[in-house]
Amino acid sequence: MKELLIIAIGSAIVNNVVLSQFLGLCPFLGVSKKIETAAGMGGAVIFVLTLSSFVTSLVYSFILVPTDLVYLQTIVFILVIAALVQLVEMVLKKMMPALYKSLGVYLPLITTNCAVLGIAIINVQKEYNVLEGTVNGFATAVGFTISIILMAGLREKIEYNDIPKPFQGMPIVLLTAGLMSIAFFGFSGLI
Amino acid sequence: MKPNTPAERLFNGLIKENPTFVMMLGMCPTLAVTTSAMNGLGMGLTTMVVLTMSNMIISLLRKVIPDGVRMPAFIVVVASFVTIVQFLLEGFIPALYASLGIYIPLIVVNCIILGRAEAYASKNKVIPSIFDGIGMGLGFTLGLTSIGIFREILGAGQIFGFQIMPSSYESITIFILAPGAFFVLAMLVALQNKLKMKKDPKAETGCGSGCASCTNSACGGKLLNSDK
Repeated sequence: MKELLIIAIGSAIVNNVVLSQFLGLCPFLGVSKKIETAAGMGGAVIFVLTLSSFVTSLVYSFILVPTDLVYLQTIVFILVIAALVQLVEMVLKKMMPALYKSLGVYLPLITTNCAVLGIAIINVQKEYNVLEGTVNGFATAVGFTISIILMAGLREKIEYNDIPKPFQGMPIVLLTAGLMSIAFFGFSGLI
Repeated sequence: MKPNTPAERLFNGLIKENPTFVMMLGMCPTLAVTTSAMNGLGMGLTTMVVLTMSNMIISLLRKVIPDGVRMPAFIVVVASFVTIVQFLLEGFIPALYASLGIYIPLIVVNCIILGRAEAYASKNKVIPSIFDGIGMGLGFTLGLTSIGIFREILGAGQIFGFQIMPSSYESITIFILAPGAFFVLAMLVALQNKLKMKKDPKAETGCGSGCASCTNSACGGKLLNSDK
């Protein structure tokens, strides 16, 4: 239990997926204009990342390792993830239209999220078992959600500021992300 | 220059549609591995090899692959080359392999590669596609290496590991840490906006389309475009 907690805090806050590992930058920069959409994106990422790290961990430990096909992991993971996201989209559309309505628009965006493949590979590299891998995926997604919501809150305020013209738009967002990244360094003493 | 000649493709990739500075594609590796010039160069060249090979194969297979399943086919081709390159690096340049870490397998989801496969290689002949890959790869290498040099000088006072700043220079370590990457990229985009505004004062600032947000459908890695 203690190890799981350490993994969770480590990947949610200390090694924040966006701010220190640069995974999932596309949605972080692209969908962080409003807190509501950012929260929606965060919810979708939590859902998909937890599920995908569970499935890729299963595939790795019960298919790739026993059959000695570990060298195929990159190919297998990317196909599994792409298929999974599409499956989730279809199932949600059919079974839970309400949830699909709130998450649906973000699901296609998630496949562009390199965090999904990144976490699957990190799980393998750190030799996490299925449970640890799933926890790691969930915690990473929570970390992503924290940072994207914080960023959206800041961006809503930035709108009203007088920013030099060349810095409007992406540059000021990147500068803000840099400052947030410095702030997150403060957590590195936690574990 | 005549379109689709090797020279035009190289020029296009290096300058006109430079993936880092103009198209702003592949931002994850750009920010993550440019802590030193050497890492930037290594990542750029690795991506170039994968891009050239995958462009070649996809161009060769462009008439064989049915349109409906082209995305999975592209992904498998790209992922295979990434795996090959990964093992070659692990075997022959273990130091670079260690410092690039998980960003090597993540080349698979680099927008540049699937983007070029979709936009160029699947529609053009083999030779121009190969040169398109080389040009784009060199452009990416150029971008990563120059960002790497910039960060390494400021952050460590070195270029490619050689001390170039006088020993009295107090290095700004933040530039080789994660926040430095964001700051450098912010400055680059701001500079680009400034230049754009000089050319055309009414030009939209702040990356209206596509920049840094991978709107390219090919980047999605979506297996089938079902919802159309």
